[in-house]
Amino acid sequence: MIWAGFLQRAIMQGIPLLYGSTGEIITEKSGNLNLGIPGIMYVGGISGVIGAFLYEQNAAALNPVLAVLIPLLCSVAGSLVMGLIYSFLTVSLRANQNVTGLALTTFGVGFGNFFGGSLSKLAGSDVASISLTATSNCFRTKLPFADSCGWFGQVFLSHSFLAYTAVIIAAVTALILSHTRVGLHLRAVGENPATADAAGINVGRYKYFATCIGSVIAGLGGLYYVMDYANGVWSNDGFGDRGWLAIALVIFAVWRPNISIFGSILFGGLYIVHNYIPGLDVSGQELFKMLPYAVTILFLVVISMRRKREAQPPAHLGLPYFREER
Amino acid sequence: MTQQPHKVREPLFRIAKRDTIVWWKAWCIRAAAIIIALIFSGIVSYLLTGENPLHIYATMLGGAFGTQRRIWGMLQNLAMLLCVSVAVTPAFKMRFWNIGAEGQVLIGGLASAACMILLGDKLPNAVLLIVILAASLLAGAVWAVIPAVFRAKWLTNETLFTLMMNYIAIQLVSFFVYKWSVPKGSGQVGVINRATHAGWMPVIGKYDYLLNILIVAVITLFMYIYLKYSKQGYEIAVVGESENTARYIGIPVKKVIIRTMLISGAICGLAGMLLVSGTDHTISRDTAAGRGFTAIMVSWLAKFNPIFMVLTSFLIAFLEKGATEVSTEFGLNESFSEIITGIIIFFIIGCEFFIQYTVKMREKEAAK
Repeated sequence: MIWAGFLQRAIMQGIPLLYGSTGEIITEKSGNLNLGIPGIMYVGGISGVIGAFLYEQNAAALNPVLAVLIPLLCSVAGSLVMGLIYSFLTVSLRANQNVTGLALTTFGVGFGNFFGGSLSKLAGSDVASISLTATSNCFRTKLPFADSCGWFGQVFLSHSFLAYTAVIIAAVTALILSHTRVGLHLRAVGENPATADAAGINVGRYKYFATCIGSVIAGLGGLYYVMDYANGVWSNDGFGDRGWLAIALVIFAVWRPNISIFGSILFGGLYIVHNYIPGLDVSGQELFKMLPYAVTILFLVVISMRRKREAQPPAHLGLPYFREER
Repeated sequence: MTQQPHKVREPLFRIAKRDTIVWWKAWCIRAAAIIIALIFSGIVSYLLTGENPLHIYATMLGGAFGTQRRIWGMLQNLAMLLCVSVAVTPAFKMRFWNIGAEGQVLIGGLASAACMILLGDKLPNAVLLIVILAASLLAGAVWAVIPAVFRAKWLTNETLFTLMMNYIAIQLVSFFVYKWSVPKGSGQVGVINRATHAGWMPVIGKYDYLLNILIVAVITLFMYIYLKYSKQGYEIAVVGESENTARYIGIPVKKVIIRTMLISGAICGLAGMLLVSGTDHTISRDTAAGRGFTAIMVSWLAKFNPIFMVLTSFLIAFLEKGATEVSTEFGLNESFSEIITGIIIFFIIGCEFFIQYTVKMREKEAAK
């Protein structure tokens, strides 16, 4: 069935975007516009690859639990460092968020491509390209009964644990943001840090935690891409512009992770729809790849024209906060 | 109710805003940051390559200044980066976060390439060059003014809008690259008008890039004067400081936003022309090569001053060339330069804090 296959691929394309956008939503809710997300996703991916590569090279036999755990922890550590760099520069040193974010993206993409290109040389082994099939197989363990459930199994049950984790993280984030005190405080920090500060909320701490947690979540998107989608094969620039697409998805989801679950599938579908349209030549495909961005612009314009209060970006997005400058 | 007086513990240090800082002190702080950053990236390079850091610095210098050819190559990179940086500056001074320079450069380049391909054999070269100039200026301006209009009229978030416009431009270029590709379906345009040189910018003497560099120098000077001495430049500064103040003293804010973005986009379009018609003589989705994003950092590092931008874009161009040389010499991936550039920018971004603020340590409690 074509459409079942399409839907399955769309979900696979959507998962990295979902991770990235959930991470960015948490970050933006604290008022930090982190344009470093594309770089962070690269770092998350390559850190996992480095961990898995070293483990595969040094371990005699692959222990499936370790094979999943080591790359996962490396990925988390890598993205956490990126998040810390961003928060230290923008929150503690009050640097400009856009510049810091773009520098982080330059650095992160360079970091990913550099280690992707020279990892085997640096480790002193003769492998031509990094292919972590064994690790990837551990990551891609499917639910055992997926194959026996027909199209439903193919579309919804055939994915790996990281895919379901993405959905769970997004759903939990949505719950926390709108139904808990922590979420309320976080939103207050993003909307009006001065008021939040006066109410006794530690603005700096919220910004730090939101940015770092957001980075870690976004980094997992990079890990999912390498280990699941690309079958453990790292290719330089292979991740492409998905990081920016994740930022686009934040707008599309009007800063709500529960909407971005469905938005990510839609964006994933738009990203690959050109493969499913009969009679399209290569140049036409390139035009179709515009779709997610065009949809985002349209959406951005519509929400700004309607001025619906719930659909606006956090009021203090992109602005630094310094208590003495009120 | 009696309340115990709360014992407040003074934090170890506190941060206060500096009033002003002597200019040489500010530059000393920046120079120190760059030196620390260079030492730090030397350590990183040592860890990655195991080479003597001094040897690495020597290789970097050689990569940028080693031969006359390399110097010209670096000057060309510097000029292109400077051109885009100068282009985005008026918008930033207005606090309009135009991160769509990449797309505006690309669309300007696309317009030049289109004129070269479609009109190459129909017009005399001088007329063709004028048509190319007009087309690329217009294309860049249109690409920039769309987000500006929406920002002015409906307060649409310009950062996100211009960011998305980049990818529309990239896909549009991809589309035309496949349409025009030679041979068909190869996905590459190849050198346009290789035989006739129609639409190629003229070469001064035997220096391929001299004309580009001169044009960029003129634009930089123009922008410096425009921002510093013209009425429009003043209006930009006021809108950037506070839109409410600007409205109060009768500056038409919407008009200023749209006009400034027209100028910003047009110069980006011109950069696209310099790249396509003046340098590469071809077009691909990588023609802008990330300069649109790097330019934002260059412009910000120079405090939006076009003259300082010569220095900051020199720094970035030097790092790129030098680190590329290091990566070829030691057999590393060429992305090494992006890591080094990233590290140095982090340090410079961080050091701005020490220029604007002072850290005061906790004062000793007065003896009781």
